[in-house]
Amino acid sequence: MAKYCDIFWSFFKVGTFTIGGGYAMLPLMQRELVDRHGWLSEEEFLDQVALAQAMPGVFAVNMASLTGFRLRRGWGSVAAIVGNVMMPIVFILLLAMFFRAFRENVYVERIFLGLRPAVVALIAAPVFTIARSAKVTWSNVWIPVVCALLIWLLGVNPAIVVLAAALLGLLYSKIRN
Amino acid sequence: MIFLELFYTFLLIGLLTFGGGYSMVALIQGEVVTHHGWMSAAEFTDLLAVSQMTPGPVGINTATYAGYTAVLNAGYPQWAAVGGSLLASLAVIILPVALTMLVGGWLLRHKEHPTVATVMRMLRLAIVGLIAAAALGLVSAESFGMPGLNRRFITSVLIFAAVFLLSWRKKASPIALILASGVAGLVIYSF
Repeated sequence: MAKYCDIFWSFFKVGTFTIGGGYAMLPLMQRELVDRHGWLSEEEFLDQVALAQAMPGVFAVNMASLTGFRLRRGWGSVAAIVGNVMMPIVFILLLAMFFRAFRENVYVERIFLGLRPAVVALIAAPVFTIARSAKVTWSNVWIPVVCALLIWLLGVNPAIVVLAAALLGLLYSKIRN
Repeated sequence: MIFLELFYTFLLIGLLTFGGGYSMVALIQGEVVTHHGWMSAAEFTDLLAVSQMTPGPVGINTATYAGYTAVLNAGYPQWAAVGGSLLASLAVIILPVALTMLVGGWLLRHKEHPTVATVMRMLRLAIVGLIAAAALGLVSAESFGMPGLNRRFITSVLIFAAVFLLSWRKKASPIALILASGVAGLVIYSF
């Protein structure tokens, strides 16, 4: 059984080392939860991403809470959430106190110029591994493509796309039976 | 009483945000700047810069910063402002977390049901598209610089290609890749 401190520590790393919010956390979460600890299969990981996205609130915190809950119920959820948000809150408070000095620091600026393309690559790379565990084939590849285009080109809210996909699945299983 | 108002406002913001951090930012702006006047529009712009520059979920970062600034601007001392930031962060996650665990627990118990299984299969396909869209949405001049034969753009493309290949093919650690890219930026742009 997963230890509370392992749950905490995994999400502590995820919260501390991702810049750019929700989806930027996915590669590190996948690595910690699926590859490293084996707490979730790739499919279960995807199911949680879908659920966390369909619910209101902060995506990363929903992911933390779902994983913690699955492993060790309520306290597991608390351990994951606290781990996930602790360092971000500390960073923000420090910055709120010393904002100007940080923002105008030329070294910080240079570091961020290097980080931004890396963040994009880290989100793009898992698309291909995830496609395999979602069982994408030539006959259904239109579904992820349409979803991506709706969000990227038409600016549709991702939560709406997730809810629509759920409805489509529901409809499909009703017709088939 | 600013603390009660803060708690209630962020409770609502958490419950009404669908689709992650950036849709929450718009809601926070409406409540905190326009409706309550807890901070100025300029302070809000600072907030956006800060929450994109620091690690962590954007929703938590904006709630923390907004709670801190709102209490400070209301004339309270710094320790009370820290309390305000924790209060706002707690308020913004508590209802969604409860809801997510309820629905998640239910789904876990019924995942063998054929309808639930079909819906989940469809959702997995959609999520592949969602993540692709997230990556595509970040392909911008802000991330890469203006396309052309300039140092910023070429460096960005090289960093992107290296991180992409190391992450996809070699399963390199994301933490190591993030740290290395930061160092690369610091070194390359210092000359």
